[in-house]
Amino acid sequence: MSSSAPTRLLEARNLGVSYAVRHAGRQVRLRALDNVSFDLARAETLGIVGESGSGKSTLARALLRLIPVDAGTVRLHPAIDLLRLRGTALRSVRLRLQMIFQDGIAALDPRQRIGEALEEPLLVLKPQLSEAQRRARVRALLERVGLETGHLGRFPHEFSGGQAQRIGIARALMVEPEIVVCDEPLSSLDVSIKAQITALLLQLKQDLHLSMIFIAHDLPAVQQLCDRVLVLYMGRVMEIAPSKALFQRPRHPYTRALLQSVPIPDPRVARGRRTAPLAGEMPSSLAPPSGCVFRTRCPYAVDRCAREVPLLRTIDGSEVACHRAEEIDGSRT
Amino acid sequence: MNSPWQQRLRGHPGILIAGGVLLLITLASLILPALSPYDYFTPQLDLISRPPMLQGGHLLGTDPLGRDLLIRVLWGCRISLLIALVASLISVVVGVLWGAIAGYVGGHTDALMMRTVDVLYSVPFVPFVIVLTMLFGRQLWLMFIAIGAVSWLDIARIVRGEALSLKRREFIEAARVAGVHGARMIGRHIVPNLLGVVIIYATLTVPTVILFEAFMSFLGLGVRVPLASLGSLIADGASDMQAHPHLLLVPAAVLASIIYCFNFLGDGLRDLLDPRKQT
Amino acid sequence: MSVPMNAEALLQIRSLAVHYPAPNGQFSGDIQALSGVDLDVAAGECVGLVGESGSGKTAILLSILGLLPPNARLAGSIRFHGAELAGMPLKGLNEIRGTRIAMIFQDPMSALNPYMRIVDQLSEVPRVHGGLSRRDAEQRALEMLEAVHIGEPRRRARQYPHELSGGMRQRVMIAMALIAEPELILADEPTTALDVTVQAQILALLQELRERTGAALLLVTHDLGVVAQLADRVGVMRHGRILEQAACLALFEHPQHEYTRSLLAAMPRLKVPA
Repeated sequence: MSSSAPTRLLEARNLGVSYAVRHAGRQVRLRALDNVSFDLARAETLGIVGESGSGKSTLARALLRLIPVDAGTVRLHPAIDLLRLRGTALRSVRLRLQMIFQDGIAALDPRQRIGEALEEPLLVLKPQLSEAQRRARVRALLERVGLETGHLGRFPHEFSGGQAQRIGIARALMVEPEIVVCDEPLSSLDVSIKAQITALLLQLKQDLHLSMIFIAHDLPAVQQLCDRVLVLYMGRVMEIAPSKALFQRPRHPYTRALLQSVPIPDPRVARGRRTAPLAGEMPSSLAPPSGCVFRTRCPYAVDRCAREVPLLRTIDGSEVACHRAEEIDGSRT
Repeated sequence: MNSPWQQRLRGHPGILIAGGVLLLITLASLILPALSPYDYFTPQLDLISRPPMLQGGHLLGTDPLGRDLLIRVLWGCRISLLIALVASLISVVVGVLWGAIAGYVGGHTDALMMRTVDVLYSVPFVPFVIVLTMLFGRQLWLMFIAIGAVSWLDIARIVRGEALSLKRREFIEAARVAGVHGARMIGRHIVPNLLGVVIIYATLTVPTVILFEAFMSFLGLGVRVPLASLGSLIADGASDMQAHPHLLLVPAAVLASIIYCFNFLGDGLRDLLDPRKQT
Repeated sequence: MSVPMNAEALLQIRSLAVHYPAPNGQFSGDIQALSGVDLDVAAGECVGLVGESGSGKTAILLSILGLLPPNARLAGSIRFHGAELAGMPLKGLNEIRGTRIAMIFQDPMSALNPYMRIVDQLSEVPRVHGGLSRRDAEQRALEMLEAVHIGEPRRRARQYPHELSGGMRQRVMIAMALIAEPELILADEPTTALDVTVQAQILALLQELRERTGAALLLVTHDLGVVAQLADRVGVMRHGRILEQAACLALFEHPQHEYTRSLLAAMPRLKVPA
């Protein structure tokens, strides 16, 4: 069909999302996302990591047009301006861009049997299909995610968290989307179920050649699933790098601290640690620090960091938003 | 069979009692008049305003035209309950749709719709009904419309509030992502998840509606003679209170019981459907 | 497998069993939350209990302080310094709770009173149990806030819980637990609800405070990484039983039970270059 070069399926440029809040008796705007840019290639999985307040869920909702976006553009291959679409045009894009939610059970209508819930995307977005075709597709996808057709008549509360998540995955894949945004799909699951669902996502990724945006705070899962990773802090991009490069040689001080903070299930290494890799707290989004937002906690911060916002620049295949990225790399803490 | 519903009902005997009493009254009002030798409209001028007596056939006495009071009251129940249920149905349907659309669509539509509700709230009810009666005469169906037209306002407000909070729930977002919108969203996802609240408030609307009707009949605006509603019976009885107290007490007691039972039922349902469910 | 009485153990649990009788007519059987649990915690030791949700690990903590729901049936023995806690009347328990045995909960927001200032909640225990005056208790509260490394302690003390971040609230909870200098701290998934960088800080804090105060710590978690960092000994739980108990390093290097092995295998870990 087309050339072997990976197509840029999705291009996000300078995304900004803010919303109005009341603070100290005044209306102010809280910047949840600021100047976020990234690409997604075909059949690629991009991980988006960050802690609470980083804006990752906001990003998921912005891409799926569930919340209004203040600034920036998102281009969907070949030339669709995603943020400008409305009505029928927007709904037709939902055939290409779908979402898996964090809490499988909460993402299902408690009053709807799951058979109906699974058919619904087809009913609405692919009305040309006959009932028989819809049923066939539902059955096929149920099998793919490891559930039984006997479950179709049941209600959401009758399922476990892991099963509900499988239903959510099946539902997202009903319309054969090109891109699936996963909003922390593992967060509400038990450890052993997490492993199962991660394996399922890996399998589906390979079988269906899906492009995925995988949003999580769980770094080991991101390492397993993602080809490239984007690190968010206070709604700004700190680093974007190929997975291997990011985990082996993180260039941004925040990425470093994040990786060092992950608990290691090995007493020989972890035992008796008395200091944490990163001190302090994330500043309030109502009063973000000037220049680089990370500077208040960064061990390498200098004057320039308070004056100038660091732009994303490419170093050896990774994009880093840090004035001192080259220097820091030499001196590992 | 021990479904969780039955278990919870066991903890709320009030619902069963109230429901039972209402059922009894309804059945009585439907069946007994057919079984009685008396009817509600034929005057018997030799038996005017007799007090209740256990022998002689008129258990609750007679009214000023000699008609059996028990039958009159049972007919009054029929009419009052009919008006109550039909008017409540109208108000629930209109109120739910209005509130659900306003709450889900939001923005200017919501503002417009709810300001309309605010304006209608301020319309004085009695002059409104008087005007309608002048235009259309004293018809039974007018009662349905007039009462239903006013009672939907409360339900609309409550439903709108619920719809607003439902809008933010994850499964509504998931439905949006699945392409669901408009009528399907409201009809399939919003309204069914409101039903708990709606049932409770609908049950509590009924007594309000009955009282409205009773009040209007009391003012002489309600049903036409010889039909009677509980309200008109109370009106008639009130004018003759001192000499023949039974003419007032009997319909008043029945009306009070019906209203009490509906309130009890509504309260009980509210407890029962409370999200604090323990399985 | 009977465990001999250890004369030095601070806390000795023997044959602890907890079950909830089925509500009438609903199930055919009871719910067994715990069965046959034997556990020792020595003074100054950190014992980690690992297991998935439903394994019963939280039930053990609640049993110790008599915090189980009223319909729970408890059998077995829980001895603290030789005194029997199981079935102890409320008066006795109240003297121990907060002063000699303290608890840190998973969700700080639900454990803190949203209507009380931080300083008031912190000074409650020293005033009620320690008999300190208001001023002395507040001073002690401020000392504790510093000990848990809360920035600007004076300002924070006058704030309400909702004004603090998750990490800070957890520090306040730790401060509340430590303020009366307990001998034993029970921690129920103390870092699960926190971000990973804050989790690292809280774990380091717990380590530091343990070393400083010499308190024993009974820690319940599903995260083996947490246990690897803090615990001296580890117990693995499943379906209300302790399947394996061993010294921390021994458990990780030579797991005996199949479930322990599967748990270790399923534990997500970052693959880092050597």
